[in-house]
Amino acid sequence: MINEAIDNEQLEILLNDVLENHGYDFLEYSHASIKRRISRLYALDNFVSFAEFRYTIKSDKQYFKRFLEEITVNVTEMFRDPSFYRALRNEVLPVLGTYPFIRIWVAGCSTGEEAYSLAIVLKELNLLHKSLIYATDINPLVLEKAKKGMFPLNYLKQYSENYLQSDGSKDFSTYYTANYSLAKFDESLSGKMIFSTHNLVSDHSFNEFQLILCRNVLIYFDKDLQHKVFNLFDSSIEKLGYLALGSKESLDFWPRAKEYRRIKTEKIWRKL
Amino acid sequence: MAETITSAKCNALIIGGSAGSLDVLLEIFPGLNADLNFPIILVTHRKSGNESLLSDLLQSRTTLRVAEVEEKERILAGKVYIAPADYHLLIEEDKTFSLDYSEKINYSRPSIDVTFQSAAEVFKSGLVCILLSGSNADGVEGLKAVNNFGGKVVIQNPDTALMPYMPLQAVTNIEDSVVLDATEMADFINKLID
Repeated sequence: MINEAIDNEQLEILLNDVLENHGYDFLEYSHASIKRRISRLYALDNFVSFAEFRYTIKSDKQYFKRFLEEITVNVTEMFRDPSFYRALRNEVLPVLGTYPFIRIWVAGCSTGEEAYSLAIVLKELNLLHKSLIYATDINPLVLEKAKKGMFPLNYLKQYSENYLQSDGSKDFSTYYTANYSLAKFDESLSGKMIFSTHNLVSDHSFNEFQLILCRNVLIYFDKDLQHKVFNLFDSSIEKLGYLALGSKESLDFWPRAKEYRRIKTEKIWRKL
Repeated sequence: MAETITSAKCNALIIGGSAGSLDVLLEIFPGLNADLNFPIILVTHRKSGNESLLSDLLQSRTTLRVAEVEEKERILAGKVYIAPADYHLLIEEDKTFSLDYSEKINYSRPSIDVTFQSAAEVFKSGLVCILLSGSNADGVEGLKAVNNFGGKVVIQNPDTALMPYMPLQAVTNIEDSVVLDATEMADFINKLID
């Protein structure tokens, strides 16, 4: 259906309901994107009226889990943007390698593809044994998938190409075993990961890190919320630590951006 | 040159294209007037990497400023915006851009449908959308939304399009539209200037 399934007023009502009844605050998410996700869910689940949709989201705890999973975007890839991983491998991680212990936060990790990519690079640099990757997401369902480290086998060709382009030099298939339609990644990788729910909108800083990766998460937030999240990251990054964002995201308009220096052409900043 | 969008007969022009649309863009751009009082937004299917190639090509053919969209950027009249590869491009109520990395639509990201639909809701009757050559059906659903919200629909003549499938789908499914050859488009766009 092409007419607006959910209009702006209804969107406002739903997001307020969700905050009041479930404690999740989506009010500062980019409206166009979340409206599209919610309209899509409304059509997908064949609701006949806004009232029914609203009532189900408000009162059906089981349905709310689905709502949460469907309106947040969980599309991700291993070694997405190979040049980014090349910069991590050649410039950022070797610097962190001089520390006795490396703490990394993957914020908004979704189903874990980036955390596993990172663990592979750390392993190849012989740094994984002294690293800990905190992988967090707002959505408990995707974290369950991330813990398992199993990704659809039909994506692995693309991932393997990305890996090679990112200066990976091993045989990528040594990192997983094929199991029917899934590739199960080596447990030595997930053994260095801690998975936990964390809501960037409402939860506080929980540790200090030398590297925070938060890629293609902030595009879903409005400017004010982005700035709040940058403050949260700032209070969670050690001096001389790094912040890595998605290829179209930027620290530039954040009032304290001057306290960070960008690494060449990648969306990686170092705290001064 | 860039000014805040005012209410004119055209508040935004969006051009969507796929295979075979580059030639049309190269035909259109040298003919555009420098005093456009609305933004032009391009959504074309292309591979990621070589980010600046399309904007460089078009920039060399116009005095209008051409640039890839920055996330949350304000949409200004007189500028040409290109949807970045591998993201959907959405328009916010406050006339800024949002990017979205959700599932592909019609095997495409950016999807022309997504941008047309989102812009239709924001610009309503002030929107003009042009759908060019291509070999999948992306754009047609979005054009329906543009029609429903009172915007204007222009479709490249399938008879002269390099890949007629996409414009043909549109001509077949959209009731209220203008069909133009590539050579007529620059003139049409210039006449939208208020």
